[in-house]
Amino acid sequence: MRFGVIQFPGSCDERDALHAVSKVGDGVLLWHRDRDLQGVDAIIVPGGFSYGDYLRAGALARFSPIMAEVERFAAHGGLVLGICNGFQVLCEAGLLPGALLPNTSLRFECRQVELEVVGRTKWTAACEPGDRLSIPAKHQTGRFWAPDPVLDELEANGQVAVRYVAGHAFNGAAREIAGVSNHAGNVVGLMPHPEHAVDPLTGSADGLKLFESAALVAA
Amino acid sequence: MRARVLIRPKAGILDPQGQAVERALPALGFGGVRNVHIGRLVELDVEDPSQLPAMCEQLLANPLVEDYEIVG
Repeated sequence: MRFGVIQFPGSCDERDALHAVSKVGDGVLLWHRDRDLQGVDAIIVPGGFSYGDYLRAGALARFSPIMAEVERFAAHGGLVLGICNGFQVLCEAGLLPGALLPNTSLRFECRQVELEVVGRTKWTAACEPGDRLSIPAKHQTGRFWAPDPVLDELEANGQVAVRYVAGHAFNGAAREIAGVSNHAGNVVGLMPHPEHAVDPLTGSADGLKLFESAALVAA
Repeated sequence: MRARVLIRPKAGILDPQGQAVERALPALGFGGVRNVHIGRLVELDVEDPSQLPAMCEQLLANPLVEDYEIVG
């Protein structure tokens, strides 16, 4: 199992993502100006502040050359996970529904959150709906939003990947949604950071479940 | 041609920036202010202004959550 982690100017969680995937397979860093995905089995668009969050978070990274390859990879069923800024990039690129808006608090917040696995996506294949995951979140622009008919559709299709458990939806996200998938379930984005929760030393290893899920699906 | 594009959050979408400013104004003694919304202004020189709507749709605004207005 080989994961590719994309590095944009302003990414800052690509090293943690590489460390996380090393627990279930191999990881390779992919530079945003490259067009070669180096034959990876899954792609991670990591957290950070690509292009300084200029204009809107994630708006400029989608024009990096590698994103055209990511779109092609995703269209063929390839596994793509966007974490935090990566989630914003995938929404801006149209690979995921919805948008991420500033937290209602207008603050950058960093906290451990409890998530509930909802839908059956490729990146949660090793979990059962209802499973709880304790994972840190750290962002200022993480309030998931989509029009009500789209939210209804996401719920009906099982595209809500993870939800904040009651009392943990600190950013004001619509219907407490922390992460969603595309219709096929191979592209997932979430605001909390599973790659920061892969060792009990830092409080939780629950984040590993997502990378194990990808390995399970790719096997 | 010099163009200006106003981009604002869509009606009905919570605008916490606008709310924060609305709450701050009375503290400075400015009463009677309501419905504050904060967007942004993009100024640009363009050779072909007919391309502006496409620029807005594809990059300058996120049409899902923002309205744009080209103000010449």
